[in-house]
Amino acid sequence: MALLEIRNVVRRFADFTAVDGVSLQVEAGEFFTLLGPSGCGKTTLLRMIAGFDAPDEGELLLDGQSLRGIPPEHRPIHTVFQSYALFPHLTVAENVAFPLRMAKVAPDDIRRRVQDALEAVHLSEKQRHLPHELSGGQKQRVALARGLVNRPRLLLLDEPLGALDAKLREEMQMELINLQKNVGITFVFVTHSQAEALALSHRIAVMNRGHVEQLDEPSRLYSFPRNRFVADFIGKINMLEAAVLRSTAEALVLDVAGVGEVWAPALPAVAAGQRGMFAVRPEQVRIQSGEVAPAGVGHNQVHGRVLDFLYIGDVTTYLVELANGTRLEALLPNTAPGRAKFFEADDPVTLTWSSQVGVFLDA
Amino acid sequence: MRDFQTSGGLLRALHPATLTRWLVSGPPTAFMLLFFLAPSLIMVLASFRFPGAFGGLAPLIGAGRAGEDTGLTLENYQFFFSDWLYAEIFVKSLVVALVSTLTCLVMAYPLALLIARSPKRHRDLMVLLVILPFASNFLIRVYALMILLGPQQALASAVNGLLALFGVAPVNLLFSTFAVIVGMVYVHLPFMVLPLYTNLEKHDPSLLDAAQDLGANGWQRFWRVTFPLSLPGIFSGSALVFIPVLGMFAIPDLLGGTRDILIGNLIKDQFLGTRDWPFGSMLSIMLTLVVLGLAGFAARLGRRDRNEET
Repeated sequence: MALLEIRNVVRRFADFTAVDGVSLQVEAGEFFTLLGPSGCGKTTLLRMIAGFDAPDEGELLLDGQSLRGIPPEHRPIHTVFQSYALFPHLTVAENVAFPLRMAKVAPDDIRRRVQDALEAVHLSEKQRHLPHELSGGQKQRVALARGLVNRPRLLLLDEPLGALDAKLREEMQMELINLQKNVGITFVFVTHSQAEALALSHRIAVMNRGHVEQLDEPSRLYSFPRNRFVADFIGKINMLEAAVLRSTAEALVLDVAGVGEVWAPALPAVAAGQRGMFAVRPEQVRIQSGEVAPAGVGHNQVHGRVLDFLYIGDVTTYLVELANGTRLEALLPNTAPGRAKFFEADDPVTLTWSSQVGVFLDA
Repeated sequence: MRDFQTSGGLLRALHPATLTRWLVSGPPTAFMLLFFLAPSLIMVLASFRFPGAFGGLAPLIGAGRAGEDTGLTLENYQFFFSDWLYAEIFVKSLVVALVSTLTCLVMAYPLALLIARSPKRHRDLMVLLVILPFASNFLIRVYALMILLGPQQALASAVNGLLALFGVAPVNLLFSTFAVIVGMVYVHLPFMVLPLYTNLEKHDPSLLDAAQDLGANGWQRFWRVTFPLSLPGIFSGSALVFIPVLGMFAIPDLLGGTRDILIGNLIKDQFLGTRDWPFGSMLSIMLTLVVLGLAGFAARLGRRDRNEET
């Protein structure tokens, strides 16, 4: 039985439907992420799990028991708020002790468990400080310790890294992964950052307009997006209109706008004549100098000129324009010794990609 | 070079930022020095002088009228400590002020909380209603209270009717300590509501969500989050009520009985009745010292609380 089960949950507000028939299951011990743009319904869903809001239709079950009518204070579910919501008049130790006091834990136990929780987030030496004396990262850790100290069945995290700067965010991501592994508490994490979601989660539910578009492991979401929205939202991707020419057990042959015949991995459900999009990741497209001779059937290859490039340091993204004006992106790692750059704007190049990569999206 | 340096100092003094600072802070500073500090010093000096034969002050230097003492004296202070009567009036005034302040607090807190948690568009109107009584003269409102509490009025009849059921003799609502406290609370309530509202309105609502999420019920959310965070508002509201109530003379004059003489009345009588300015000045200074002492005590209490918490 799943730890948390969400069954056909609908939540309507005056002028729009925030959550529109969401069903999903979160397993015990999982790091589960709700990912989507702002307004996709992920925060409304989180508030319903915490108990601050109730579904208009459907049901939420924890350990198979309905959560209907149970107020937040009686749910074994704690939240780490985006603003941290630390009590400004209480010290770090008192903040962490708060849920234990509410649960009427014995004072000796409280002291010991607060110490343990603060040690787990490396903040033992700050326990007598007030929240306003802490940095953003430290506040974040106090909020985490406070959420975990009473060992909830479920810890909800509402964009908890949003307020941190990039470097600190990366550090906290590592700590979150380790913390979750060590305490073994199930995390439900809400974010609009696909990079954060991919780095942290065991499974991700990609949400859009109140629906779950796709629920999968990070690597599968990235490699096998089910539709245009997921492909576009997660990572960078080249997307071109396409029609199916032939669909066989071995391969899918597409007519891609501006590119021509493209061979892609087989998709059993797709039939000839179907229209949709062909998508391929920039790092799957190989870029070579000059015009390379065609390698034969099944090898996707086009010629063009470098229009522009984006140098990031470890990699460079090249924007290549084909003779007919179609644009494709290709990624090249800057690994060659003694060379900072490979191509300049206007250089003639050849783009190739394997028939084993790329995906046809019919929706 | 030296010339440049001296003119550099002058230039700095005339620098726009410096000049602006003086222009902005100058007038209020001058006003406070002239109309607050100077009278206070005059009063301190007056408390060590003798009364004039026909009111006012006896001369500090030179001969006064026949039978008039001149110069400086500690007599006013000695007289204060020679009779328990004055200490008693001080204690009674402090009790009245304390009861009035606590009553204001208990009545104002729910009101301030209600306003602070109302939708934003309703708050301004509610605050306006709280300060609306200021639109009419304070004395007129106190006279209205006299009518309301008067012996032949509906309120007195209702109270005495109820008391009669329990076999208690009828009471006079007006001209009693009760009436004084009613008047004090009525007049000073807005001074408690406004600082409390200003404080409560600033509270981050996510703190209450967090408290609830972590297992606190409504009662615990109030006592563990809202109340401690509102302490600064409680302190400033209490000071704004307690201090004026302590010095108030019009309300005890109009609503109090003959035994309801408070410090304010005592001081007023020294200036307008017995015309003993030095004694009145001494009483004012004692009152100021009591208020400062209490404020210092409260501040120290607050600091100790903080230290124990951390």
